Amino acid sequence: MKKRWTLAHLEDRAMRTIMQLASLVLVGVLAAILVTIFIRGLPFLDLDLITKTPQGGFFLGGEGGILNAIVGSLLLAGGGTLLALFISLPIAFGINVYTGASRLASLLRMALDVLWGIPSLVYGAFGFTIMIAFGMRASLGAGILVLTLLQIPIMVRSMDEVMRMVPSELSQAAYSLGATRLEAAWSVLVRQALPGLVTAVLLAFGRGIGDAASVLFTAGFSDRIPTSLASPSASLPLAVFFQLGSPFPEVRGNGYATALVLTVLILFISMLSRFLARRLSRNVIR
Amino acid sequence: MCRSQPTSWLGRSQDCLKLATRRETARLQTTQDPKLHTQARRIRKDELAARNYRLAASFPLFLLLIMVVGFFLRTQPLLEHSSVWEILSGMQWRPSAGEFGLLTFISGTLSVTLLALLLAAPLCMLTSLFLVEYAKRRALTAILPAIDLLAGIPSVVYGVWGLLVIVPLVPQISGFVQPWLGSIPLFAANNPTGYSILSGGIVLAVMISPIIISVSIEVLRSVPDGLRHGSLALGATRWQTIKKVVLPRAMPGLIAAIVMGLSRAFGETLAVMMVVGNTPLIPRSIFDPGYPLTALIANNYGEMMSIPLYDSALMGAALLLLVIVIIFNLGAALVLIRANRRAQV
Repeated sequence: MKKRWTLAHLEDRAMRTIMQLASLVLVGVLAAILVTIFIRGLPFLDLDLITKTPQGGFFLGGEGGILNAIVGSLLLAGGGTLLALFISLPIAFGINVYTGASRLASLLRMALDVLWGIPSLVYGAFGFTIMIAFGMRASLGAGILVLTLLQIPIMVRSMDEVMRMVPSELSQAAYSLGATRLEAAWSVLVRQALPGLVTAVLLAFGRGIGDAASVLFTAGFSDRIPTSLASPSASLPLAVFFQLGSPFPEVRGNGYATALVLTVLILFISMLSRFLARRLSRNVIR
Repeated sequence: MCRSQPTSWLGRSQDCLKLATRRETARLQTTQDPKLHTQARRIRKDELAARNYRLAASFPLFLLLIMVVGFFLRTQPLLEHSSVWEILSGMQWRPSAGEFGLLTFISGTLSVTLLALLLAAPLCMLTSLFLVEYAKRRALTAILPAIDLLAGIPSVVYGVWGLLVIVPLVPQISGFVQPWLGSIPLFAANNPTGYSILSGGIVLAVMISPIIISVSIEVLRSVPDGLRHGSLALGATRWQTIKKVVLPRAMPGLIAAIVMGLSRAFGETLAVMMVVGNTPLIPRSIFDPGYPLTALIANNYGEMMSIPLYDSALMGAALLLLVIVIIFNLGAALVLIRANRRAQV
């Protein structure tokens, strides 16, 4: 049978082509970003850059590397993630196990969504105000605290989504065997949601590493690796930003390489979370 | 029997349950049976956990409240000095003269965000529609992880890309469109460099598109396939199905996706600062430089204690960002809730 071409078919074809073009443009641009970062960063990337701290005049084209920023970022994001995990898990339990499907739960979820949307700069300014009120200086500890605040909504919301996915029959089975809500939460819910929980933690970790504006206010910047919670700390995004502001092409090149290091780190975290999620989903009952 | 006291935030039924549990626990504690004793301990532990976890769960609300109140208190000195209207509509930013007009910076933020939205929203909608409605399942499952990965790339990296690619490109775009559109003020070229509203808009648009796409794909996938099949079985084309069936159903979710991207773009700091020029002028054309609120705060927080009211003004700018983002997000949440209610009827 011969297909009859109506206006509707023409419209369908036209829209399809437009959509294809839009997808191509967007995917192309996004791929081009990664390619650009790799191509411009690779020539400047060497062992010195990632194993040395800045020596004298590093920001004027001198010797040294960005080890201070790498270690600083890992400490900031690691500390923040650890603290956030200790706060987020009770919150997620509180919403999911102890508040149930009530109005309050949806209010709390809404509050978390709003918190997630608040710009990191605002978190930074908030932390800065509190620091001034207590007479603190920019330090690793303050940076960690602000990153914790920033990471909590991300972590809780992602954990919450996974916990909601766990079929309630599983918890009910535990209740019927006499388990309390707490026992059911820790031994059924956590184990069932574990892959998702790990993803949530790593997602928050990635956001913590990549975030610049909050750390700008609270952790400061330093050419040395922080020795205590009270000393200021460098971070990768700020290192990129400062190096790109330099008029020396060599320093700017180091900035591109730093951006590459940051990107690779994020890609690695993303892969790790995918791998761990698959690995841990073995004891999930479906 | 159960008398429920009017407690603040526990439901009535939960109150009853609590009372019952407490009585049961008290009964169990008086027995000498070791087995029952353990049981009482377990129940007590659960009760304790319930109290603590519920307390923890109210933390987000408190944090939100403290942030708003804190910023408001810090802005208070400025509000005593000049009215809200003076601050929001004032063109002059001269901290040393005590003039704190934010209009220049508000216009910078608005124009960059609006441009980003105009660029990103149609592209993202078309792309996610294509991926869900037309492309093969396998293409979708292959592309989803990549999009999530891109959503996790730090904004500074997008800024670096903007600096390397977009900023040099913008003067060429400007030169290209001048013969046709140069007479329109919106496209007038008064700025020989590429550090412009357009650069900021493009960088932001690209930065927020993975987020918008990933949320919209989720929204579109939640539209039941039965609806699509029904429409297709009636002889509708795919596009007609999208237009008449899928889009009306998915619209609130798609709006929420765009609002999520919007609030990310709104509060972005470093990536925008790197490409937008940071010149305190109200932009008239997309090729003019601008100076967003976020850049104002990030550039000046260091000396904000040096001039009276300066810190108050910067915190006021932060409060403005906070309030606008809260309004955006609450609006999106309400749209979603209303849509869900309508879908249930």
